[in-house]
Amino acid sequence: MNPVNYLYLAALLFTIGAAGVLIRRNAIVVFMCVELMLNACNLAFVTFSRMHGNLDGQIIAFFTMVVAAAEVVVGLAIIVSVFRARHSASVDDASLMKL
Amino acid sequence: MENLIALLIGAPLLGAAVLLLGGRRLDKAGHWIGTLLAAVSFVIGLALFADMLGRSADDRALHQRLYTWIPVEGFQADMAFQLDQLSMTFVLLISGVGTLIHVYSIGYMEHDERRRRFFGYLNLFVAAMLLLVLADNYLLLYFGWEGVGLASYLLIGFWQHKPTAATAAKKAFLVNRVGDMGLSIAIMIMFTTFGSFAFGPVLGATGETSEGKLTAIGLMLLLAACGKSAQVPLQSWLGDAMEGPTPVSALIHAATMVTAGVYLIVRSADIFNAAPDAQLVVTVVGAVTLLFGAIVGCAKDDIKKALAGSTMSQIGYMILAAGLGPIGYVFAIMHLVTHGFFKAGLFLGAGSVMHGMNDEVDMRKYGGLRKYMPVTFITFGLGYLAIIGFPGLSGFFSKDKIIEAAFAKGGTEGWILGAVTLLGAAITAYYMTRVMLMTFFGEKRWQPDADGNPPHPHESPKTMVIPMVLLAVGSVAAGAFFEFAGFVEWLEPVTGFAHGHSPLSATTVTTATVAVMVIGVGLAYVQYGRKPVPVVAPRGSLLTRAARRDLLQDDLNHAVFVRGGTHLTRSLVYVDHTLVDGVVNGTAASVGGLSGRLRKLQNGYARSYAVSMFGGTAVLIAATLLMRAV
Repeated sequence: MNPVNYLYLAALLFTIGAAGVLIRRNAIVVFMCVELMLNACNLAFVTFSRMHGNLDGQIIAFFTMVVAAAEVVVGLAIIVSVFRARHSASVDDASLMKL
Repeated sequence: MENLIALLIGAPLLGAAVLLLGGRRLDKAGHWIGTLLAAVSFVIGLALFADMLGRSADDRALHQRLYTWIPVEGFQADMAFQLDQLSMTFVLLISGVGTLIHVYSIGYMEHDERRRRFFGYLNLFVAAMLLLVLADNYLLLYFGWEGVGLASYLLIGFWQHKPTAATAAKKAFLVNRVGDMGLSIAIMIMFTTFGSFAFGPVLGATGETSEGKLTAIGLMLLLAACGKSAQVPLQSWLGDAMEGPTPVSALIHAATMVTAGVYLIVRSADIFNAAPDAQLVVTVVGAVTLLFGAIVGCAKDDIKKALAGSTMSQIGYMILAAGLGPIGYVFAIMHLVTHGFFKAGLFLGAGSVMHGMNDEVDMRKYGGLRKYMPVTFITFGLGYLAIIGFPGLSGFFSKDKIIEAAFAKGGTEGWILGAVTLLGAAITAYYMTRVMLMTFFGEKRWQPDADGNPPHPHESPKTMVIPMVLLAVGSVAAGAFFEFAGFVEWLEPVTGFAHGHSPLSATTVTTATVAVMVIGVGLAYVQYGRKPVPVVAPRGSLLTRAARRDLLQDDLNHAVFVRGGTHLTRSLVYVDHTLVDGVVNGTAASVGGLSGRLRKLQNGYARSYAVSMFGGTAVLIAATLLMRAV
């Protein structure tokens, strides 16, 4: 199969993720969309690795997974503690950082 | 011996420090400490003088270098002194007359509770004045110059509870500042031109310098001299300075400080010799002031202000002589010294009269005092004869020489200057006779003072009388002494000397001088001796009324500088408020408005920040791709 199709899929996934980050208010959903964007990137990296015939892209995909795993730990912890404090997981409720 | 030079200054400086820092516990002994240290300075001066006489004329200058005052690469000012014949003359005059006036002040200030402080200021003055004449570079001279200005300010305003005294002190300080600017500019020009401001390098290099620069330096030095020596156009402070205690008027505003300008010009002789234009201006300033002061002196009824006018006029003589070049320098200094004696004596006499007359200063309320104050009368009378140039007394020798030198200037200038000096001599005789007649002769016109106490004139205490007697001796003998002991030969190695070629013979000039003096005395006698003097001043002619107001000098200053300055500052304030503040405030307001708009972007919603991040990234990527494609 033409590897370019994988790139189209990666672009589609990334766009869905980005739209979710921008539009959805629920922090969990936003978080999931961020993961979607990361995995879209991973898919693109692996595809490029295949297309160029070297392993660089695959190695970077591993790095991305490690960073994403760490980010999930920290991010979920923040979301849980915000939810405990405010009884809400809406990102728009936490809008104190303004003048 | 040269190590003693610093002690000359050090003794009175120590006195000033002890008296001003010592506090009340020194109130009882303060005046003795001050007088003693001034006398120490005089004794050291005498010792150095004796030592100097023992050496040959070319080898008389002594130098002492204490330390480097301002050590900067390419700019070095030394705390160094130079004692040559010219400085020596001043040292003896300052410390000698200064000591006598210290003694006099013991009696004069006896009932003043701030007497210790007064002596501290006097010592400070003596130290600063000695520094001025002993400095071996212009910067150190400037230090002394400012020091005497400070001491003068403190002493004029010594009775600071009187608003007139406080104002007079401020006025003297401000007018002097104008002159001081001249001196500082002159020093700056010197430094850029010669790369130094020590007397040696500056005065030795005048031959290789353009005349324009020397003229500029000369004119700036003259401006400085005008301020300190109360010459037109900066003379307005001297009359008001008489608000200070009388010993101050005698020491500072007659005998010593006001002659600093003459010292400056004579010290800078090499510069003026090479700049004839500056010299001409010096003579003109001297001639104008000579007449100006004399005319003011004729109209004043306040005995001290009449003497102040006379001081101005006599210093005019000195400045004129200093402007004549090598034919006049020596005589300027000679007149300066004789004037130091007789004018200090006259002021002390005036102080003695005021002391006996409940501090009354209006001569119209004196009269007939010769029987009540015989010693004051005799000493004042001798000073009077000396200043009008009575043959044989000191003023006769020194003034006659200046008149002769003025004629010897040559050409039309010589005739004009000679005529002015002769006219000045006549007016001097007139106003001094007027002072003499109104004070000591005629009927009593005494008035009770503000508290209703009638005056009981009496002779002053011994501490006041003895200095007056000694100064009277100086007034009588100094001229003849200088004439026959070789004052010219004494100063010649420093100032240079040239015999002038007068179109008139010396005998003619002397005869004319004596003749105009007799005319002046005669006129004054007709006006004030034969008729009773009215207690209330008559209206007088236009000139008299103008002269009573210092020939409208204050009005002129007020109209031109005070009002002009006010208008200038007001317009500058207007420009500042509208233009400068407008630009500044406008910038601030527009930045404020813009940031108010930008602030709205910070709404706190994480999603809107994410939008701007995505948008920004998209724009960057688009731009990069676009650039690649192109």
